[in-house]
Amino acid sequence: MAEGATGDLAAMEYEICIGLETHVQVKTRTKVFCACPTEFGAEPNSNVCPVCLGYPGSLPVINEEAIRKTVLAGMLVGAKIARYSKFDRKNYFYPDMPKNYQISQYDLPLVIGGTVEYDFGIVDKKRLGETKVCHLTRIHLEEDVGKNFHFERTSGVDFNRAGTPLMEIVSEPDLSSSDEAFAYLTALKEILIYGGISDCDMEKGQVRCDVNISVRPKGQKELGQKVEIKNMNTFSGVRHAIDYESQRQIETLRRGGKLVQETRRWDDVAGVTESMRTKEHAHDYRYFPEPDLLPVSLSEEWLAEVRKLVPELPSAKRKRMVERYGIPLYDAGVLSADAALADYFEAAAKASKNPKSVANWICNDLLRDLAEAKLAIGQSPVKPPHIAELVELVDSGRISSKIAKDVFVEMFKTGKAPAAIVAEKGWVQVSDTGAIGKFCDEVIAANPKIVADFKAGKEVALNALTGQVMKLSKGKANPQAVRDALRAKLTG
Amino acid sequence: MNLNELTIHELSGRLAKKEIAAADLARDVVARTEAVEPRLHAFLEWNGGELLAAARDVDERRARGEAMGPLAGIPVGIKDVLNVKGHTCRCGSKILQGYVAPYDATVIAKLRAAGAIPFGRLNMDEFAMGSSTENSAFGVTRNPWDLERIPGGSSGGSAAAVAASETPATLGSDTGGSIRQPASLCGVVGLKPTYGRVSRFGLVAFASSLDQIGPFAKDVTDAALVLGAISGKDPNDSTSVPEPVPDYTKALTGDVKGMKLGLPKEYFIPGMDKEVEAAARAAVDRLSSLGAEIVDISLPHTDYGLAVYYIIATAEASANLARFDGVRYGSRAKDAKDPIDMYGRTRGAGFGPEVTRRIILGTYVLSSGYYDAYYLRAQKVRTLIRRDFMEAFQKCDAIVTPTTPSAAFKIGEKAEDPLTMYLSDIFTVNVNLAGICGVSVPCGFTKQPKLPIGLQVLGKPFGEETILKVAHAYEQATDWRKARPAI
Repeated sequence: MAEGATGDLAAMEYEICIGLETHVQVKTRTKVFCACPTEFGAEPNSNVCPVCLGYPGSLPVINEEAIRKTVLAGMLVGAKIARYSKFDRKNYFYPDMPKNYQISQYDLPLVIGGTVEYDFGIVDKKRLGETKVCHLTRIHLEEDVGKNFHFERTSGVDFNRAGTPLMEIVSEPDLSSSDEAFAYLTALKEILIYGGISDCDMEKGQVRCDVNISVRPKGQKELGQKVEIKNMNTFSGVRHAIDYESQRQIETLRRGGKLVQETRRWDDVAGVTESMRTKEHAHDYRYFPEPDLLPVSLSEEWLAEVRKLVPELPSAKRKRMVERYGIPLYDAGVLSADAALADYFEAAAKASKNPKSVANWICNDLLRDLAEAKLAIGQSPVKPPHIAELVELVDSGRISSKIAKDVFVEMFKTGKAPAAIVAEKGWVQVSDTGAIGKFCDEVIAANPKIVADFKAGKEVALNALTGQVMKLSKGKANPQAVRDALRAKLTG
Repeated sequence: MNLNELTIHELSGRLAKKEIAAADLARDVVARTEAVEPRLHAFLEWNGGELLAAARDVDERRARGEAMGPLAGIPVGIKDVLNVKGHTCRCGSKILQGYVAPYDATVIAKLRAAGAIPFGRLNMDEFAMGSSTENSAFGVTRNPWDLERIPGGSSGGSAAAVAASETPATLGSDTGGSIRQPASLCGVVGLKPTYGRVSRFGLVAFASSLDQIGPFAKDVTDAALVLGAISGKDPNDSTSVPEPVPDYTKALTGDVKGMKLGLPKEYFIPGMDKEVEAAARAAVDRLSSLGAEIVDISLPHTDYGLAVYYIIATAEASANLARFDGVRYGSRAKDAKDPIDMYGRTRGAGFGPEVTRRIILGTYVLSSGYYDAYYLRAQKVRTLIRRDFMEAFQKCDAIVTPTTPSAAFKIGEKAEDPLTMYLSDIFTVNVNLAGICGVSVPCGFTKQPKLPIGLQVLGKPFGEETILKVAHAYEQATDWRKARPAI
């Protein structure tokens, strides 16, 4: 964990306030105002039409799926869904903007408020389960712009991305460190992937962040002078930029300097923020209602249909898993990180009397083998009832935990049920006292020194003897029965 | 008589009976256009060969026995603001030099589906901003009744082409009067439909919340035919309305008995041309004698219309015209050192003074600190203006007014004085602000010189049948439509 401003002495006197504006590509088949595909990586300017190129006379038509997913995102963060919202034009000139205005939402966004709960476990394992809530201001829907490319003597614009639906998720300045910002972003991403709202693929630029950051002396009520850092596309970039910028602001104040309201850019290579424009040169976006689109009125029936799509969120799922199945929070975290994995676990846990052990098998053995085989949970050769069955075989004493490991290897290899494997291989555990007694006698006779140690009061010597017996039984003896038999013979 | 002199309903009967071929009509249209264009300049360009080929195609389809509507084989002139695939679409501006439309506007597709043939590019004030076509970057269009005078605008080319019998009908666009005012000044019928009646997809936007496409025609029946062909909900235009499209010609019964026609006192103002006022009042009397009941009404917020219009229209225009930047199409200034420089040079060289003036005005009224005082206030007053009309329509079925305060003025007469120029839209702008429909129908001439005067009939939203009925009854009771300019 990088020690930035938050760990510094100066930070003791100052408080950092961070709000994030996160732009997330909404997962739709077609663009937000036309029928062009949103596919990534196509030939430049191949997924374009008069509408997304801003050709004269073209008009936007709203993609209902983009509205639905934005509303669903709002429901996932417990926000208020606006029954009536509208689109506005945000005016500014830039070569990647086909119309030189962006269709966005200004004063009546689709989603108002909401919260995102984040867990510090993501930045420090020891703090797992320590959570905080970040309030959201709003979520609105807008269109993405194209992409500029600079060649040796000329520049070009690829408009394939222009018109891709973007959700802008605006948070309150509730975050107070780069760690919190990182944990918040991670939690937000998890929610959006969970809801099928966005793939949040960072490599494809599907998540981009503007950071609003200010510092104030501790105890001061008003926020300090706000600085905006524009357009970061990695979470680690956000983290480093916050560390650098908060330190810069605190140092400026400590030197008696004044901070100005400005927009800065993060230079990832140099690791510094640098000024882009100050307040006097801030854009006047001249927002006004988009006359080409009707306001959006959402009916109760329509919202009810969307509500049906709301899944249980990871954080709620984690809590429920811990309570219902008695599994450790860490395991619950691993299992809930992916909706399909969580479903797999629950199917196995419900079929078992020992969900804790089920979680163990999944988190350790199954996930390891799946990763090695490069398989997704849905492609697992081992099915949930088989995990439950395996746990039952161990718990009932039919097989030892050691043998169980071999059974699991076979299960993964063949997809067969564990009981069938055990029967086939003759791996049933030996609990018969007669057979065990014979093995014990053999081991006692062969290890006089260890026997003497035990008799002299060295309790651990019993472990060594038990091991020998297990070895002799080829692992099939019930270890507890072996211990009992050895103790009886040596002390009796 | 040459075929280009006839109305669509006269032509379609003879075409259907195969007394004439669409190719004959096309030849007469081309001959007439070639003959008058050097003096008139209604068209920025036209392609006679293409028209003839399309007409022959219609004839072949008819010969094969295909079902044909009344517009089949009729050339319809197109204002330079509408996209016609494969054709230039310059909106009367240098900035769109080189742009070739990659798609058909919905109205063009609908015309084609009806068998009509889109023909040529009609002159207009640059980006539909003006009332005289003097703001075209490609020269002024002249009024067929007096070549020294303007034809009105912005759809001056569309009005002049019909008045001079170049094509039987044309399409124009009306943002504050740009169909009705030139129709009035050129002595033809021009109709602005209710906002949402006709799809705007493919119409290069001036002010999106005000723009509507509509027909120019020699008489009301033809206007009704073309309106029927281009109307209807379009999935490509969210602001188009799913209101059923009737057969508008069915409303043309000639019977206005018992209809209540509102006469707004605010539309007869001191300073308006006496002959125009007299003609409008005489038209009202005529309608009364046909059995209509004339009701005095008031539209109290009328005076604010022009101010509201020049705020809302310019605000929307400032955004709509931002896309003309030289990046993707149209002209681009050379030797720019960076994008901002390129925008400045391209737009500075590409836009004419009126367009520049309106972009600056629109940018100003939307600027932070001014938005509430101008744009927001204007929107509120717009609501009041609309309410005026809605309340008036409680008392009457339609409203009748003069279309313009005066007949056609001389070229150059008002060109240096934008505010005086703006006043020529004083009777038409509020109709766009209210989103209702209106039609201008000829109602006489001034004496010396002889210049056409128009009567405006206004209806409630989607009341096109009503206004066409009134205009038609009046038209049929008078002979104005039979007069032809000497050109």
